[in-house]
Order: sequence, then C-alpha cells, then structure tokens
Amino acid sequence: MKETALTQIHKDLGAKMAEFAGFNMPIVYSSIQDEHLAVRNDVGIFDVSHMGEFRVKGPKALELLQKVTSNDVSKLKINQAQYSCLPNHKGGIVDDLIVYKLDEEDYFLVVNASNIEKDWNWIQSNNDMQAEMINESDRIGLLAVQGPNAGEVLQGLTDITLDDIPFYHFRKGTIAGIDDAIISATGYTGSGGFELYVPDHKLPELWKAIEAKPCGLGARDTLRLEKAYCLYGNDINDETSPLEAGLGWITKLNKEVDFNSKQIFIEQKQEGITKKLVGFKVNDRRVPRHDYEILNEKEEVIGKVTSGTQSPNLGTPIGLGYVAIDYSRPGTNILISTGRKHLKASICKTPFV
Amino acid sequence: MNIPDDLKYSKEHEWVKVEGNIATIGITDFAQGELGDLVYVEVETVGEELEKDEIFGTVEAVKTTSDLFMPVSGKVIEFNEEIDENEGDNPSLINEDPYGKGWVIKVEMSDESELEDLMDGEAYRELVD
Repeated sequence: MKETALTQIHKDLGAKMAEFAGFNMPIVYSSIQDEHLAVRNDVGIFDVSHMGEFRVKGPKALELLQKVTSNDVSKLKINQAQYSCLPNHKGGIVDDLIVYKLDEEDYFLVVNASNIEKDWNWIQSNNDMQAEMINESDRIGLLAVQGPNAGEVLQGLTDITLDDIPFYHFRKGTIAGIDDAIISATGYTGSGGFELYVPDHKLPELWKAIEAKPCGLGARDTLRLEKAYCLYGNDINDETSPLEAGLGWITKLNKEVDFNSKQIFIEQKQEGITKKLVGFKVNDRRVPRHDYEILNEKEEVIGKVTSGTQSPNLGTPIGLGYVAIDYSRPGTNILISTGRKHLKASICKTPFV
Repeated sequence: MNIPDDLKYSKEHEWVKVEGNIATIGITDFAQGELGDLVYVEVETVGEELEKDEIFGTVEAVKTTSDLFMPVSGKVIEFNEEIDENEGDNPSLINEDPYGKGWVIKVEMSDESELEDLMDGEAYRELVD
C-alpha cells in the first residue's frame, strides 16, 4: 500500500486509516460530522495527495486534450482551470478530471487516484500527435483547504491576494515559503477554499503551517454528496454517459474538433437519454447505500443507488442514483430497497445543501 | 481500547452482560469506533423469539450500515429507550458509552449453554488487536 508524505502525521493525530485507491489514507480524525461541519462553517484541511497529476506540453498538447476531454480546452485562459471528463469510445467515462492551463502549450491534469494508470494508458493510446506527457503523480502533493475561512487562514502565508482568484482559477507562487506552488480556487466540498499543489516532500511543512481542522476522506464524501458532485466509481464509470450523469455542461457537443464518443453523445442528445442521475431524500431514518435498488410505487425496479449517506447538514438520509427518465422529475415518489425493507423516498433537486 | 473483563463477546462485535437469565446486549467499543458516528439504530424485534445469529436490528453510521446479530437465542424483551427513535432517539450514546448508557437490547435467554460459545475479554482482545 502506498503512503503519502503525511501518513505518519495522520497516524500521530490519531486518524482512522484505511486503504483507498492503493493509498493508506485518513478516513476520519475525530468524527465525520464534526469535520464536515468545520468545513461548512469554518475551515478544514484534507490530505488529497493520492490524486494523480499529469503534465501535457508542447505544440500538440491542445490537440491531444481536445481529443480526449469532453470540455472545450481552447476556451481556457492561462491561470484558469476546467472541470472535464475523459469519454471512452462507447459513450462511457474513463475518468473525470480538472485541466489547468499553466501556460501556452503547457497543461496540468488532475485525475482520480484510483485511475492514474488507466488514465495514463488511455491518454497515451490517443496520443497519435505525440504531445509530451509527464506523470508527476509521485512528485506532487496536494492539500485541500476548504471552507468559508480558508482564504483568511491562507492569506497570512502568501503574498498573492487570494481574494483576487476567481472560482476555478489559480496562481503560481509561494506559500508558506514553498516556491512553485499552484494555489487553485477549486475544491470538492462546495464550501469554497483552495487546493494547494506543492512538491511532495514539502507537504509536511505546508500541513503544519496551516491552521485548520484535519478532515478525512469520510467528510470529503459527505461534503461532496450534499452538493451532488459525482464520485468516479460510484456515480460515474465506464458505462455511464456524461449526459445521463448531469454532466452535459462539461460535454461540449459544439466543440469544433471531434472528441472521443462525440457522435454517440450527439445522438443521445437527439434521441433523449433513457435514464438520469438524480438526487433523492429518504423519508425514513435508514440510510441509502451504493447498489440498493430503486423502485417505483408499484415496487418495480427503476434504477439503482450510486451514493448515499446521512447528510450532516440536513440531519436526514440523502442519495444519488440513476432512475428511468420517466421517474426523474423532482417530487416523484420512489422506494429504496435495502434488501429487506423498502424505504419511502422522493426525487429532489440538487444540490441538497 | 476498552474491553471489560466481566463481559462476554461475540465475533460480530457484540457484548453480553448476564444477570440471571437476562442478557443485556450492546456493541463493543471497537465496533463503535469502526462504525463512526451512529445516526440511527433500528430494532423492530421486541417481543420476538430469535435464534442465535439471527438479525435483531440494524445500525446506521454516516458511512455504513451494519446488521446486529443475536449473540444468544431468546426473546427480545427491551430496546434501550434512550436510543429508540420514538423515545430518546440518541444513538450517539453508543459512541460515547458503549458498555453503559449505550446498551441496545435485553434478551430473556432460552439456552444459557450458548454463553459458553462466546469469548471472554482476553479472547476478544486477541480478535481485534
């Protein structure tokens, strides 16, 4: 099992550790609810350096990225980032990712830890134009500092005016005395804040310099789920279409160049999708879980739960799942089968919080 | 980790405290730590006669759902009202005091010889260490 540069620090803090995507990661330090609410109301810090990072450079970089990603990379300005996905050839998703434009002909991709090797091989297999690709996953560490007070906590550590960085933009600079950091106004919590990319061996000093509540992957999951952000492997995968997953906004069918599965997505859009990823609230105390079946009121199977949790902010169970399109309208009553019981639930608008 | 020596333990991480033919049953300190913040405990078997290893309830934590198994056979005679959603509705008692205020059910045992199949504190410590 791989470790991050902070594994020992997590253990010393008493974190409950578990394997995630091949890494020994902190799941929870104190309590998921406490960590979750710290991010919503104040500021929390997450070690997410298991995430993968690729550099794509040179005169062919844009051409490669336009081919493999669904969003339109030509629209990106220097110091701007873009949420996107890598479609496969059959209308599914290889991974979701963030594309950063560091400079002309110099891009930085951030991918899911569980997919580093798969994504690398996939992008390479599309690289007929021979853009330069570097896997920097082992060299780069990543901390997410999230919450309404993230800017205030970080501003004392850098000369860059953090308030001037718009959402999904970034700056390169010095933070906590560490040069060449990427300070990015992005995150996976929906509570604002920054993601900080630094050389891996600098992670301990950056971690120690930041005064925020340590938060584990457990709270990261409840935070993203309340905002209905997709988690690869749960809500999206090789079989799910970005249009079905509600990711039409990052699937630019009018992009001038072709990208993988573009024709499939165009046809899907014309014909209409048959299932859709929706949010639902459970009117019961039981919590929906991944792979529970979703039923209509006649108890016929209409879909499957992809993510579920107890929402710390709402104090009720919530979930995401795919349902047949006829049942996707907010307000529709559904049942969630735990295997032994049927829980009453209803489709709702997302985000939940 | 807290593993009192005067209790019996099941491999499903339940503890049993015996008084006469009444067994008080709860979740071990190890189990509550693994589950994390408990948000709901469902026990709909009060009044029922259940066999050893049958499911008597379900606990919901933020991250996971886990069934609760009878460590001994018998009739479920009481569900801790401090935890019951219709009464105190405070499942976090299990996190705070798993062997005390966080007990889950009381059972009128039908076969006390089954207690011999359970672990003592030392054996349970070996299981979870």
